[in-house]
Amino acid sequence: MEQYFGKAVKRVEDPRFLTGSGQYTDDLSLPRMAHVAMVRTPFAHARIRRIDTAQALEHPGVVAVITGQALRDANIGSIPPGWLLPDIKTPPHYAIAVDRVRHAGEIVAAVIAESRAIAEDAALLVDVEYEMLPAVSLGSAALASGAPAVHDEAIENVCFRWSIGDQAAVDAEFDRAAKTVKLSLRNSRLAPNAIEPRASLAQYVRASDELTLWTTSQNPHIHRLILAAFVLGIPEHKLRVISPDVGGGFGSKIFQYPEEVIVLYAARKLNRPVKWTARRTESFVSDSHGRDHESEAELAADDEGHVLALRVKTIANLGAYLTLFGPVVPTYLYGTLMNGPYRFRAIHCAVTGVFTHTAPVDALRGAGRPEATYLLERMMDRMAQELGQDPAELRRKNFIQPDAFPYQTPVALVYDSGNYEPALDKALTTLDYKRAREAQAALRKEGRYLGIGFSTYLEACGLAPSSLVGSLGAQAGQWESALVRVMPTGKVEVFTGAHSHGQGHETAFAQIVADDLQIPMDDVVIVHGDTAKVPFGWGSYGSRSAAVGASALKMALNKIRDKAAGIAAHLLEAAPEDVEMTGGQLHVKGVPERGKSFSDIALQAHLAHNLPEGMEPGLEATHFYDPKNFVYPFGTHVAVVEVDPETGRVTLQRYVAVDDCGPLINPMIAEGQVHGGIAHGVGQALLEHALYDEQGQFVAGSFLEYAMPRADDLPLFEIDHTVTPSPHNPLGVKGIGETGTIASTAAVANAVIDALGPFGITHLDMPFTAENVWRAIQGGKKAVA
Amino acid sequence: MADTVAITLTVNGVERQADVEPRTLLVHFLREALGLTGTHVGCDTSQCGACAVSVGGVVVKSCTLLAVQADRAEVTTIEGLARDGQLDPVQQAFWDVHALQCGFCTPGMVMATHELLAHSPQPTDAEIRHGLEGNYCRCTGYHNIVRAVRLAAEKLAERESTAAAG
Ligand code: FES
Ligand code: FES
Repeated sequence: MEQYFGKAVKRVEDPRFLTGSGQYTDDLSLPRMAHVAMVRTPFAHARIRRIDTAQALEHPGVVAVITGQALRDANIGSIPPGWLLPDIKTPPHYAIAVDRVRHAGEIVAAVIAESRAIAEDAALLVDVEYEMLPAVSLGSAALASGAPAVHDEAIENVCFRWSIGDQAAVDAEFDRAAKTVKLSLRNSRLAPNAIEPRASLAQYVRASDELTLWTTSQNPHIHRLILAAFVLGIPEHKLRVISPDVGGGFGSKIFQYPEEVIVLYAARKLNRPVKWTARRTESFVSDSHGRDHESEAELAADDEGHVLALRVKTIANLGAYLTLFGPVVPTYLYGTLMNGPYRFRAIHCAVTGVFTHTAPVDALRGAGRPEATYLLERMMDRMAQELGQDPAELRRKNFIQPDAFPYQTPVALVYDSGNYEPALDKALTTLDYKRAREAQAALRKEGRYLGIGFSTYLEACGLAPSSLVGSLGAQAGQWESALVRVMPTGKVEVFTGAHSHGQGHETAFAQIVADDLQIPMDDVVIVHGDTAKVPFGWGSYGSRSAAVGASALKMALNKIRDKAAGIAAHLLEAAPEDVEMTGGQLHVKGVPERGKSFSDIALQAHLAHNLPEGMEPGLEATHFYDPKNFVYPFGTHVAVVEVDPETGRVTLQRYVAVDDCGPLINPMIAEGQVHGGIAHGVGQALLEHALYDEQGQFVAGSFLEYAMPRADDLPLFEIDHTVTPSPHNPLGVKGIGETGTIASTAAVANAVIDALGPFGITHLDMPFTAENVWRAIQGGKKAVA
Repeated sequence: MADTVAITLTVNGVERQADVEPRTLLVHFLREALGLTGTHVGCDTSQCGACAVSVGGVVVKSCTLLAVQADRAEVTTIEGLARDGQLDPVQQAFWDVHALQCGFCTPGMVMATHELLAHSPQPTDAEIRHGLEGNYCRCTGYHNIVRAVRLAAEKLAERESTAAAG
């Protein structure tokens, strides 16, 4: 039989996308469908004095105008966060503002009309009288005394204060350290910008009192749970959530958004389907943003460069409201990652989560781990610079050794497996490091400024052991489900709680099934994204689909195989333990010529004329897989940049990435994940900035102002991998969806700072746009030739 | 209801007549009136290229044209490229080298690739990257898209030479 695991099988989902037959939420139309346009406040902070909807309602074609008060009167609840921390403030987050708006773009009314154009016209007729209030957009400014309050219940705008690690131990290490370095770092705010804007379509069936929501979601069951039980207050089984083809998520489609609440409410109230699709300019101000940290970091080392301790203080800007993962991203997905792949004696990380008058900040590709990696890898470079050591060798000497696993870090995590040097070596070889440094030195003499930057990252993904995350404040488990249903003809349907929005599960998961049941991939269909079909599952984010979702599938397949072997043994009059499966046949060991094919067994299981005593008919199995630990992918990324000292322009010349995510189910898909991840992280380093001015006005509100990486901003990437399996899941796999982003921002930043070394520049905040770099060069010392 | 204008155009080889509001964008006409939802909308400032279609043999962003401007034109959308269930060489190349992930940018990328190869049948990587700068992709980092364009160029060249030989 053909072995599919490890093969670059072309994706089964692609023909529909390539021919325009994909079905995304906005592609759906239903009879009598009405359309919504949101009225969004242009102000960062204001009291709503009055909303006059009369003129909008009179506009021909308008069906209804919904205000926040109407939702409150209908007992529509606030959208809750899914993760709590000690003493956290969780002010309500209503779908439509009632008396105060707290960020530009917040919804103040929703206009529903016969067409989108009419709804948008009429939205301009909704008259809102505001009383302007002072606003604050920067985390540190919100903490300053006298700063405008975002929520009355959050004193000094503090949402939470959280810390991890042993502060006294860190102080002791710093006291005896030979070298210490210190940096203030900003991790810039990003807009997620999946190319498919968010969209939601709700339908109400009066006869059964049931709602269906088609929405751009990475996790339809979480949507159903939260929207039904917590927001609408309806039984969970009265809401079906379908997430059809989804055009990228990157975290931004995890959360439950106000627009989803509005279409659900409106569909039921009006008894007609209601659709909303974001305009990109709405996406910019209403999708949850990412990052936005201000940090102070100190690193201590001995005189040889062995790191001893790390001290971090971070102000995390949470925006105006807490969304689903808002509290966990800058805490448990950040502070716990400060150890990287190194041997630290002590680490302390203190985070203050702060409300500001800006859009909510939540998970964005990497979610906390890119922020931690950026900080740690910048600090490692700063230390190398201070000690006059090679940055690659400084990292190497600090690596945790391969025989030290499982490895307990000072910040709670226990690493499952790792072998860091081979990845570094492979990257150095690919790059030809020695020659690259020589070229750098030679070009510098010609007045050209090359920089080489490393990121020997480590990340924790595959969310997550349920009891562990429960003890850390998660209001949910983080296991995953798989249901394998074999039909009488031997065709197989798999229902997975994981969700693909570009990751290719329909292919990769089918590879696993085809191998395990020794059937052609064509006989397998992978179903996801519909709460009416799939058992409860937690969806896809945090690089969990392979490590948790595919592990659940593997376990369910084991059950199918066991039952099939039992049936085969009975038919072959053998003991089940004597039956094996080879060449697509179940047969007695050593007697392959007298076997039963998998489809024979499937048929017998359903005919049930001759099953072993006591065996149930049918061939179907469900498994709920709860991982024992996170998985810990790692690797070495190296960026080579050139900075033009005249213009400040940074060109990314080469990008080498060696990643280890255990065995690859489909190397082609895994590499694609790495490519996209790198581009995302490079985008943050060089181009992207979701910038608010001090008054809370968003100044990067369209693709005209917000620079996305384009094809001509990037080189071809040089990709390779090493394989260190995870010891604790049945496939040995680790996640690969976010590693590129986690690693690349730091690698590019280190390369840019390396290039700017001759100007006396030891740090610069992102993004490294021509203007920012040029200014830094002007402000820095003259280059020493 | 606003006044409408009657238009006649050929879309993917089929003649279509419709009454449209003068302000209707071509992309909305294709998606909503004709149900050709393969052409996507990714922005409202004409930057992303998800809406690219061919009008009169030239690939344009269909969010920058009014439907009435396409009156009497020949329009080809992503739905019109495959023939008899066979992907065209550009579609096939995208499939072969995994040049798509979520698929949302893909129709626009495929159309833009056709335009690029029409002007420059043997493009360098730099020309490919320059030629695709009007199309955003958030998933692929463009790496495999560049490879797909190269591959498509080769396949089209092969097809030309076979056609010439035949
Ligand atoms: S929809 Fe973005 S360019 Fe047309
Ligand atoms: S494949 Fe997702 S945006 Fe290009």
